[in-house]
Amino acid sequence: MAILCDKNTRLLIQGMGRMGTFHAGLSREYGTQVVGGVHPGRGGQEIEGIPVFNTVAEAVAETGANASVIFVPPPGAADAILEAAENELDLTVCITEGIPVLDMARAKAALRESRTRLLGPNCPGVVTPEQCRIGIMPAQITKPGPVGVISRSGTLTYEAVDQLSRLGIGQSTCVGIGGDPVIGTNFIDALALFQADPDTKAVVLIGEIGGSAEEEAAEFVKSNMNKPVAAFIAGQNAPPGKRMGHAGAIIAGGKGKASDKIAALEANGVAVSPSPAEIGETLAQAAPGLEG
Amino acid sequence: MNVHEYQAKALFREFGVAVPDGELATTPEEAERAARQLGTPIVVVKAQVHAGGRGKGGGVKIAKSPAEAKTAASEILGMTLHTPQTPPEGKLVRKVYVEAGSNIESELYFAILFDRAAEKFALVASTEGGMEIEVVAEATPDKILTALVDPNVGLRDYQIRDLGYQLGFAAEQVKKFVPFVRGLFDLYLAKDCSQVEINPLVLTTEGDLFALDGKLNFDDNALYRHPEIAALRDPDEEDARERAANEIDLAYVGLDGNIGCMVNGAGLAMATLDMIHYCGGQPANFLDAGGGADKEKVKEAFKLILGDENVEAILVNIFGGIVRCDLIAEGVVAAAADLGVGVPLVVRLQGTMAAEGRAILAASDLNITSAETLKEAGELAVAAVKGAA
Repeated sequence: MAILCDKNTRLLIQGMGRMGTFHAGLSREYGTQVVGGVHPGRGGQEIEGIPVFNTVAEAVAETGANASVIFVPPPGAADAILEAAENELDLTVCITEGIPVLDMARAKAALRESRTRLLGPNCPGVVTPEQCRIGIMPAQITKPGPVGVISRSGTLTYEAVDQLSRLGIGQSTCVGIGGDPVIGTNFIDALALFQADPDTKAVVLIGEIGGSAEEEAAEFVKSNMNKPVAAFIAGQNAPPGKRMGHAGAIIAGGKGKASDKIAALEANGVAVSPSPAEIGETLAQAAPGLEG
Repeated sequence: MNVHEYQAKALFREFGVAVPDGELATTPEEAERAARQLGTPIVVVKAQVHAGGRGKGGGVKIAKSPAEAKTAASEILGMTLHTPQTPPEGKLVRKVYVEAGSNIESELYFAILFDRAAEKFALVASTEGGMEIEVVAEATPDKILTALVDPNVGLRDYQIRDLGYQLGFAAEQVKKFVPFVRGLFDLYLAKDCSQVEINPLVLTTEGDLFALDGKLNFDDNALYRHPEIAALRDPDEEDARERAANEIDLAYVGLDGNIGCMVNGAGLAMATLDMIHYCGGQPANFLDAGGGADKEKVKEAFKLILGDENVEAILVNIFGGIVRCDLIAEGVVAAAADLGVGVPLVVRLQGTMAAEGRAILAASDLNITSAETLKEAGELAVAAVKGAA
């Protein structure tokens, strides 16, 4: 078991440009069932052995795909999300960075009526070790095991996963939820999935400055979870009013500070790592016996 | 992206939002002429810089004649304005906005922004205008009125009326408030704003509503579809290094420490700053070289970092996923050779092709300290600075 994706996932690549094609190849090498690509105007072609369709509807009808990953540039990305939802995929993962907030606000509101789960945008994707890779994560650093990893950032996810794997602690699924202000799956959604997953014994949560998702997650952990959670919050020394790379990583009007997030997590029983180098150790101390 | 008050007010006018008449001036003579043309008994001369609290710093002056407007402008133009919102070195004033005075009955607050938790647009209003809204929210939260707007339903007139009556407006003013807010909301959507803030919104003794100040922020991700907004960018108001970084697609934020940082990924870049602090050091900058970091980008990043004279050591922290560490290592070696890096260089390469990258660094005759873990990287960088001091 795992969350979001496993060996049965049948993946479509929306946007078979350079990035999409490159990562389709890496995912396939990892063992993921990459069943097709969608690229308007290139239907009927085959790129690197992957059949390409003009529309998601056509691709789903032909391949039985149940998930997609979006590499479409910002102007068309919200559209691609809605196309995936219209075709009732279980999951669509949007890698695209730089989608206007207005486009995402409208798409997200429309998704409330949909059965499709959105992961991202501006996220590295999701990996279930040795089963399925969707997105751009370096899956070779992961190792199968009992820890769920949830993060707003890409490379910091790799850092945390690497620390766990070096301690001999494997992962059930590694999920990058994305660094934008409006995202499809938030910390609480992912925590609920891990809580319900029998193979996940503990969770690592990696947050950052901006918004209040970590505070909401802290309350959720206390009220709805019995699995240990360890966390790290990036941006403890970020100056207010400055966007730190991610569109969503900004302390605005005194809100979104790392110190408030850390206090909320600790007050709700989450073990918070004092530095980014001790994420793995903090979890190992909070939940002994995860090695294997 | 931010714009000046005079630019915000031009957009307000375009969308039918009431603002006092006003004109831009870059010399005292222009200010005098503007005051004469406005013809009101009182004009206000306001410094145009991207910072709030201008009045407190002496950047806003009242003039009772064109001659006084000229004097006021000569005092403000060329001054270095210090307000709670300006950087420590202050901001040089290059332009003033000369505006017709209003007979103020009361000052209110109004803003539109995106509420991340609700994932809806929020209209925020308060009777406590003219002061910092964060202070009002802290001291008297019940004086902050909010209405949420669903992105797919849009703003309804009843929501505006409701806010208007709660603000204590008479029926006559509510009639003016509805098109005022409607205009601002249309502007917010049409131009992909991230924030519209009017503080103060004034009710005049004649019963009119005016935006007396205006602050507009735009969603940087949407500027591609608003070239007319992108053209309003004022390079004089931006940090030179942040602007240069922006042009080559690097995310850079200047800080006041002495350890220059180059990292791939925003989260790891923030975490690297945290690591340096944790080890007892001070970072000089945030720099996310992004997923597409290659040799050329590394060189550009080094140029930016070395352009900061406070930098006494550089920490390169790369966790290769998509980015290949061997290419980064080649970039570091080339940049160090071309640019002549005269400060200690600590490089941590991890992930894709890390071993190959480390071999490239070791084979070069440059003075590079290699680190394996994040902790080691932080400690070595801090030690390098302490050794230099």
